[in-house]
Amino acid sequence: MSERTLRGKVAIAGIGETAYYKHGQSPDAEFKLALQAIIAACRDAGIDPKEVDGFASYGNDRSEAVRLAAALGIKELRFSNMHWGGGGGGVAASVANAAAAVHSGMANCVIAFRSLAQGQFARYGRGAAVAAAVGDDAFLFPYGLMSPAQRFAMKITRFMTEHGIRHEALRSIAMASYHHAQNNPRAVMYGRPLTQEKYDASRWIVEPFHRLFDCCQENDGAGAVIVVPADRAKDLPHKPTYLLGTAQGGHHRSAAPVHNAPDYGSAHFPTVARNMWAMAKLGPHDVDVVQAYENFTGGVLLSLVEHGFVDPTTANEFLVLENLLAPTGRMPMNTSGGNLAECYMHGLEMVNEAVRQLRGTANNQVPDAEVVAVLGGPMVTPVSSLVLGTEATL
Amino acid sequence: MSTALPPGLPAPAQEPVAKPYWDGTRAGKLVIQRCKGCGAHQWGPEWVCHRCHSFDLGWEEVAPRGRIWSWQRPHHPVHPALNGHGPYTIVLVELPEAGNVRMVGNLICEPTAPVEIGAEVEAVFEPHDDAEPPYTLVQWRVKG
Repeated sequence: MSERTLRGKVAIAGIGETAYYKHGQSPDAEFKLALQAIIAACRDAGIDPKEVDGFASYGNDRSEAVRLAAALGIKELRFSNMHWGGGGGGVAASVANAAAAVHSGMANCVIAFRSLAQGQFARYGRGAAVAAAVGDDAFLFPYGLMSPAQRFAMKITRFMTEHGIRHEALRSIAMASYHHAQNNPRAVMYGRPLTQEKYDASRWIVEPFHRLFDCCQENDGAGAVIVVPADRAKDLPHKPTYLLGTAQGGHHRSAAPVHNAPDYGSAHFPTVARNMWAMAKLGPHDVDVVQAYENFTGGVLLSLVEHGFVDPTTANEFLVLENLLAPTGRMPMNTSGGNLAECYMHGLEMVNEAVRQLRGTANNQVPDAEVVAVLGGPMVTPVSSLVLGTEATL
Repeated sequence: MSTALPPGLPAPAQEPVAKPYWDGTRAGKLVIQRCKGCGAHQWGPEWVCHRCHSFDLGWEEVAPRGRIWSWQRPHHPVHPALNGHGPYTIVLVELPEAGNVRMVGNLICEPTAPVEIGAEVEAVFEPHDDAEPPYTLVQWRVKG
């Protein structure tokens, strides 16, 4: 039996995004943002949008595939797919699902995308206005545990306390994103640097590890990539960016009710990371640039540990700012500014940045980048990750 | 008796799958799911035993004590009822006498009190008699 893998089988031929806005400041409706990003990705790839025959998204994206297909005049929709779970746990999974559809022959040209206009719809940082809490929430909301920051805080408290990791390690993660955004005119935080003093003086969202700058912003915008068979990508305008490995899911009972996951202090990547590296036939030491989804900086720490980039016993020493900066850091990370400072486009902006790094066109380019890892939203199980590479890595 | 948090937060819907728990708390008892097939404790309430797949799930009173597995102290108000209230403490409590299941509640303490993972805590039943229907929450305090 031939090896079942996506390694080298498909490529990202085009990337697109809208202007990025602070939440509520987009002049355009969410669906229009989605269309703009998709058309931009098609243009970048030199592909007529009418040739697109599939859409994959995540986080309960409201821009439905059939509506997009109708608006774009697509002749034949062959694949429509939504990865379960809120937020950005599924960012890499949306690309993986597009890839699986293309490689299996179910579709030829699939868009993976995310569109968000949080001014038009509800925000994340406040609990839902409900009279009575149902399901899991019945055991959480009455205790004032309602927001994503709160949902994940106790995982981070547990892990960091257990391993003696200091808050300064998280500060470095936040500052790396802001540092890179200062050289990226697309970034919402362009021109708004973050100093150590500003971080330390920022208000608590949740003690003991979530200050304001440990938490992602909320933004409006959209991002999209276009996935085609590897053979086809060779004939398109840009240097192809190949999918080397990807996985999604969660380990044993990672979503057990009321905070009962057996491995609790976790971003829920242990099995996902293992499967991704196995498909890629690579490990963390092979990676030139890391894009690690920040919902909260503590989640980034867990994610880096579970993908093998950081050893918890040396995390305090390793997670210092200079190690995380392009072009010369030991592990350049979130080189466009990430969710914290480029745009909270639920990580889709990180996939775009991974492609830019591999094309050699990033604002904070890491010289000769051949392999980039994108670690999707941590703790938001089913989580997902992917590794992309240049032709040299095939 | 005063409550850990100000009034106005969402009340728990006392859904059928969790009814024995809510009936228990009204009576000052901690009652959780226990599989009649294999004896595994389970929390929160589920329809099937995650260990043996039996649908024959019973309920059992367990010791109202445990130890702090993790904690957090929110400052940002996530609900209008919490505006201006200031920080409060949420704990995840492991119940070693009930298969190490964990429960979420508030730790009754000063908003600046140090919280220690592993500290032994006991349940405090907090009635909300004026709610319709009335309910009782389980809160926690460090054992003296």
